[in-house]
Amino acid sequence: MRRAGHRVTRRRTVELRELAHARSGDKGDTANVGLIARRARDYPLLVRQVTARRVARHFAGEIQGPVTRYELPNLHALNFLLHGALDGGGTISLKTDAQGKVFSTALLRLKIRVPR
Amino acid sequence: MTRRVRIAAGQGFWGDWLEAPYRQVTGGPIDYLMMDYLAEVTMSIMQKQRSRDPSAGYARDFVPLMERILPLIVERGVRVTTNAGGVNPRACAEALAATARRLGLGGKVTIGVVTGDDLLSRLDELLSRGHTLTNLDTGRPLQDVRDRVQSANAYLGAWPVVDALRQGATVVVTGRVTDTGLTLAPMAHAFGWSADAWDLLAAGTVAGHIIECGAQASGGNCLIGWERIPDLANVGYPIVDAGPDGTFEVGKHPRTGGRVTVAGVTEQLLYEMGDPRAYITPDCVADFTSIRLQQAGRDRVRVSGVRGRPATDRLKVSIAYSYGYKAVGTLVYAWPDAVRKARLADRVLRQRLADLELQFEAVHTELVGFDATHGRLGSRGVDEAAVPEVQLRVGVRARERAPVERFTREIAPLILNGPPSVTGFAGGRPKVEEIVAYWPALIDKREVTPCVELVTA
Repeated sequence: MRRAGHRVTRRRTVELRELAHARSGDKGDTANVGLIARRARDYPLLVRQVTARRVARHFAGEIQGPVTRYELPNLHALNFLLHGALDGGGTISLKTDAQGKVFSTALLRLKIRVPR
Repeated sequence: MTRRVRIAAGQGFWGDWLEAPYRQVTGGPIDYLMMDYLAEVTMSIMQKQRSRDPSAGYARDFVPLMERILPLIVERGVRVTTNAGGVNPRACAEALAATARRLGLGGKVTIGVVTGDDLLSRLDELLSRGHTLTNLDTGRPLQDVRDRVQSANAYLGAWPVVDALRQGATVVVTGRVTDTGLTLAPMAHAFGWSADAWDLLAAGTVAGHIIECGAQASGGNCLIGWERIPDLANVGYPIVDAGPDGTFEVGKHPRTGGRVTVAGVTEQLLYEMGDPRAYITPDCVADFTSIRLQQAGRDRVRVSGVRGRPATDRLKVSIAYSYGYKAVGTLVYAWPDAVRKARLADRVLRQRLADLELQFEAVHTELVGFDATHGRLGSRGVDEAAVPEVQLRVGVRARERAPVERFTREIAPLILNGPPSVTGFAGGRPKVEEIVAYWPALIDKREVTPCVELVTA
């Protein structure tokens, strides 16, 4: 589709799990999620769309603290720290997922816009 | 100088697969077997065991496990690095020496014992000299919980393990040595790395991080392509094959299950990661953004490019203190309206706890099969009426034991006096658990003196 000289890219929405895989773990009351692009060429798209702010919104109500993001372009990966995610963490936590093992797939539910 | 060294992961935590170390020793050539046993709160469990029995306080199942592989290790010249010693490495070494003698290996096994990490008896002295041991997460001084401290151990690095290897130890048994140090030490020893070769030390640290959780680097708990990972029943644990320049390959023995790929190793690299530019250990600061991965062949991943920076002048201290009590009760509700029945049971239970005027720090409810793993992210949009069953799981936590104890008696009555279609109480009344919590802190390196001794079987 072209309009006034601009190319308009058609987009569709997919779940993040189509573009990335992940592993998560814990450090105290903080869960970390390592998010890895399945294909290196999708990494810039993850950097643009899976921002700390977006992830914080995704987990709103599920975690108590802020979200920090680190970039690892060498591994086509992002690392997220979800603070206050584990009800105190370790032995204190009453959660089934006291060690944050499945925050990984919870993040992969995020909706991403990709070119059609 | 040694050209290459092969370090095999045998245990990723206390309770890992007992077959793994045996298979690592018998499945092909290796030079070192590395076994990591210690998690953040493991030390406090061991401390409690030692307080009841002065000869306890280490990973007990390490000794029978070694009994099975010790003759093979001696025959093949494999050396072992492990932190199975917990809070009592000497007792662990003595038990191992006794086993070696019983196997007729007296004189053939030298056990290096690394201690000096235990700060429990020195806490008051350290506090009185101005070391506040401030909690890294909360900023509170240790004085807040001093009377409830159960264990305090500094994380030692690779160098005392290197010392033990240099002195000829066949098996090095340590207390709280870092997981990564157990892999870095054989590399630093074999290749004669110096204590300020930061890039090399960082490379060994990255190797340690990759294999410290055992099969998590070779197909276990691997999300990408999980359905196509072959023969997990016979999963091969990872092996680092390293060169003196710090580059290494991660692989596994031939004819084993699992898979070693760039994607799988990347998952493990990010596991329990904080700031990837500053992975801090006692030995160096590794930069995970410098790592280059490359598929070198089937089930072989080449790791290169690792850069490191000088170690900091402090050590992390792992302190465990008595926090309070908790208990978790569960009941299972069946279709129809399983979710609504479980929610009603939760409301009834909470009302009763309130009427009893029980004080809790937290009451936490999950519906397993509905919202326990992903919370509302998982349950929203699900047709609640169609859910075939859920497990109501309610946990409580308090500083005092009494309210938690009383809570455990409020679950079973719900079977007869709560909502219908309930089952699954075969386990009986929930158990009250003491909570021993983790207090991470830092201490000046000069306050900690690692000690290496040799015990000959």
